[in-house]
Amino acid sequence: MIPAGFEYHRPGDIASAIGILQEHGDEARVIAGGHSLIPMMKLRMAEMGHLVDLQGIDELKGIDIGAETITLGAMVTQHEMITHDGLAVAVPLIREAALQIADPQVRYVGTIGGNVANGDPGNDMPGLMQCLNASFELSGPDGIRSVAARDFYEAAYFTAREDEEILTRISIPKPGAGVGQAYEKQKRKIGDYATAAAAVMIGNGQASVAMTNLADTPIWSEEAGAWLAGGNIEGCVAAMLDAIDPVEDNRGPVEFKKHVAAVMLRRAIDRASSRAG
Amino acid sequence: MSKMHVKLTVNGREVEGLAEPRTLLIHFLREDLKITGPHIGCETSHCGACTVDIDGKSVKSCTAFVAQVNGADITTVEGLTNDDGSLGVLQEMFREHHGLQCGFCTPGMITRAHRLLQENPNPTEEDIRFGMAGNLCRCTGYQNIVKAIAASADMLNAQKEAAE
Repeated sequence: MIPAGFEYHRPGDIASAIGILQEHGDEARVIAGGHSLIPMMKLRMAEMGHLVDLQGIDELKGIDIGAETITLGAMVTQHEMITHDGLAVAVPLIREAALQIADPQVRYVGTIGGNVANGDPGNDMPGLMQCLNASFELSGPDGIRSVAARDFYEAAYFTAREDEEILTRISIPKPGAGVGQAYEKQKRKIGDYATAAAAVMIGNGQASVAMTNLADTPIWSEEAGAWLAGGNIEGCVAAMLDAIDPVEDNRGPVEFKKHVAAVMLRRAIDRASSRAG
Repeated sequence: MSKMHVKLTVNGREVEGLAEPRTLLIHFLREDLKITGPHIGCETSHCGACTVDIDGKSVKSCTAFVAQVNGADITTVEGLTNDDGSLGVLQEMFREHHGLQCGFCTPGMITRAHRLLQENPNPTEEDIRFGMAGNLCRCTGYQNIVKAIAASADMLNAQKEAAE
């Protein structure tokens, strides 16, 4: 399994990386941890003339826990998020979910930026970021802009990011005290993507609910959140089952996926509620 | 594609070579450097037989380009022996507790377990199973692998205590 050849770039800052993307257009792609991209390159389902490695860019690193906002550099790895004590206190949901991604080796190199930017409906972090109402900072030739996670995903592997833009940072509003969170994921085995997964946040009269791998994008449902905030769990589950659109594949038929989705959502609601208040 | 100059530290030794950027680290280690401890199992980042330690992280070397790790400090199972060349603690405990049958997964198992014990010197059985979840074995049923790692933790801690 040898990928097609490419020219390798390791720029030292964001501006240089964008410059390389501008120069080579469709022929260039960025690589973060590479654990989604390299397997696709080995299968020759992804080929590019220029590979732009982001590991040398310090601006893309680091976890910052502010008073109102948590900021994650795009190159922060799952392992770094799991082992960061301040993050575990500020948003326990992130650690809980990161521990359920892939396996230890993959978590050492897999990044939050790659996970959210790839647009793979199987990735766990996009739904999580929608639940948390995070926003993504994109840097491109025309400057910097911010897109809400809830507006970022258009279809499988299609996002609001333009080809010459790099997702540089993730900002998460700090959940208030008393907000309970939970992530529940059903998977067939270690390393697998979710058959269904649910991220739930509840407390202070508000609630937010998002689900993973049950449509060609993550699904955040305003209606499901409103039912849950009002204390109506059945309404929340019904609204979410209405919002998802799973397809039959090797993880099961549609009816099974809807069944598992409801089970995951109820469990996440139970656990988030027990942590609220 | 033109080749690039690659410089690595492998098992404490500085090595250099020329490689195309697309060369996977596992191929560079095995074919260029003739370091054949890390094995090619699934070649799809599932099985963990190719696991090596890169700058203090366990990484599947079938899923890293040599270009990405240029300049890195790498340890393979060959680097986990004692200074006199005898088996290191993990290697000895895998033998003692019969933590292998065919042995194909063993280099990845031991290299991963090395990092696990560096990060968590007193793991529970659950910690070991969770921390080794990226390494597959098709022979042992894992029971003896877990025992070997637990025994290694005990022995390493005893050695550390004796040295203090």
